[in-house]
Amino acid sequence: MLEMEPEAENIRYYHTLKILEEKCQGRMRCMRKCPTQAIRVRRGKAHILEELCIDCGECINACPEGAIVPLTDPVEQTSKFKCRVAIPSPVLYSQFSVDIHPPEIFAGLKKLGFDYVGDASSACEAMSMALRIYLEEHTGPWPVISSFCPAVIRFIQVEYPGLTEHIIPLEVPRELAAKEIKLELSRKLNLPLEEIGAIYLTSCPAKAVSIRQPAEKEKSWFNGSISIADIYNPLLSAIMSLREGEFEDDLNQPSAIGMGWKVLGGTCSFLESGNCVAVSGIVELTRILDDIEKSKLREVKYVEASFCPEGCIGGPLAVENAYVARVKTIRLEDRYGKRPRLQEERVRQLYHEGHYFLERRIQPRPIKPLHPDIAKSIALMKEKEKIYNLLPRVDCGLCGCPTCLTFAEDVVKGLLDISDCLYNSIRRRSSP
Amino acid sequence: MNDDSLLDLEFEIIGGDFNQAGRVSTRLKSILKEVGFNPQVVRRVAISTYEAEMNVVMYARRGVLRFKASPQRISIVIEDEGQGIENIEMAMKEGYSTATDEMREMGFGAGMGLPNIKRNSDRFEITSEIGKGTRLKVTIIAGDGTRS
Repeated sequence: MLEMEPEAENIRYYHTLKILEEKCQGRMRCMRKCPTQAIRVRRGKAHILEELCIDCGECINACPEGAIVPLTDPVEQTSKFKCRVAIPSPVLYSQFSVDIHPPEIFAGLKKLGFDYVGDASSACEAMSMALRIYLEEHTGPWPVISSFCPAVIRFIQVEYPGLTEHIIPLEVPRELAAKEIKLELSRKLNLPLEEIGAIYLTSCPAKAVSIRQPAEKEKSWFNGSISIADIYNPLLSAIMSLREGEFEDDLNQPSAIGMGWKVLGGTCSFLESGNCVAVSGIVELTRILDDIEKSKLREVKYVEASFCPEGCIGGPLAVENAYVARVKTIRLEDRYGKRPRLQEERVRQLYHEGHYFLERRIQPRPIKPLHPDIAKSIALMKEKEKIYNLLPRVDCGLCGCPTCLTFAEDVVKGLLDISDCLYNSIRRRSSP
Repeated sequence: MNDDSLLDLEFEIIGGDFNQAGRVSTRLKSILKEVGFNPQVVRRVAISTYEAEMNVVMYARRGVLRFKASPQRISIVIEDEGQGIENIEMAMKEGYSTATDEMREMGFGAGMGLPNIKRNSDRFEITSEIGKGTRLKVTIIAGDGTRS
């Protein structure tokens, strides 16, 4: 099961981030913010290096011109499906004022033209229980790393390819929700699965990518995704125009345990165990992955890892301030009560039938080395060091590379010339 | 062997500096990743150099780590000036440790270091002299030089 073969080379990676050239002013904010150094500015325009991009969306909010846009599906898309079902990430529940509850949000979505609305939080609850069983039965290697954040998964595949076997092979709640809801609708409406279109409403560009190009299976159960930021205004007006009797308060009640998944530390608090840690943000993720790689974290069994600070509620496509959304989620949890809605015995049975597992393990996707032949690669590495030692090492970025080290790399790759370093040429000119 | 295709690096490790411990391992790891060694080879180097660094930090005044890598093999030599190991056979047993309570309180000294290095290497040689120091040589076979 654990093949360590890197994915085939020359795969084209699908990305949901697009740079609008006409808007881009080449101000390099995105280049400096990118955690995998996947952006270069050439001839005044930003470009994304596809191989390195992990779709975290940091660049979207960094751009003062709004020139970087997520390629989620437009809200108005006319559907080719007979039945359209919206499945919002539970993040959506925390985006409105505290008087607007999930049943009103569901009714609002129906007003926008969805035939059905499915709740993903109960799938989150099921996965919490499945996770607990997994931790009971797993024998190593430790610690295991959560699988739900696709930006983290891609970050590990690219930067820590040796750690993919630490990623928990459990399905992510959103896919489980889509699968269960589609199968149920197909039975209920007597419709073939192809005629049911499931759309995910998300705060996360990386999830939009994982729906088009999943890391762990052939095909996602979703048929598209819509950014919460895009649907926010029309949805808010739809909710405001609801009249009494247009929604029922007791239907489709979400799970409070499930909603907690979207807030940093949510899965850990359900596990109630002293050896689980929740980590977010690129700096802390890098630290903890470095430690796991050298097997330093001996006391830790489970790492909940999300790319966005504060978890999914802090996603780049969310509308509400992440800290406020966190408080609102806590209020919703109180409202719906943190007792389990699912029977653990039933989950245990489905678990052992394989219901909650990924179709395949996450594979490494290491960065292409300097050269496919390691001997030549080492030689280029030394060349790069030599070039780097000639550079100012102030990472001014004027050459269009985020750091002097990436500049040196682009020179040995033949993409730039050493004379492209503006800092050095100014220094030369001003020295006698 | 063509010199260009041989990586040859040297790092100093300061005894007692728990704050910096692990830096050499992290640096080597990122170099090997970039060169394109197999991820599992990189992992083995990361683990064994980290453990070796920790041993110097815990039990020696100073040490030097010499790192050599060719497409086929990686060799790491760590020499330290320190207390030395009295009984190497015992030190190789999992769970055996001479760490002080203070080190254990910091989460170190679980007696997994040397066995862990051995487990992650293809060749493992250790010599030690009481009161002078320890020399450890670790070899990891990297493969045939092509990417797997």
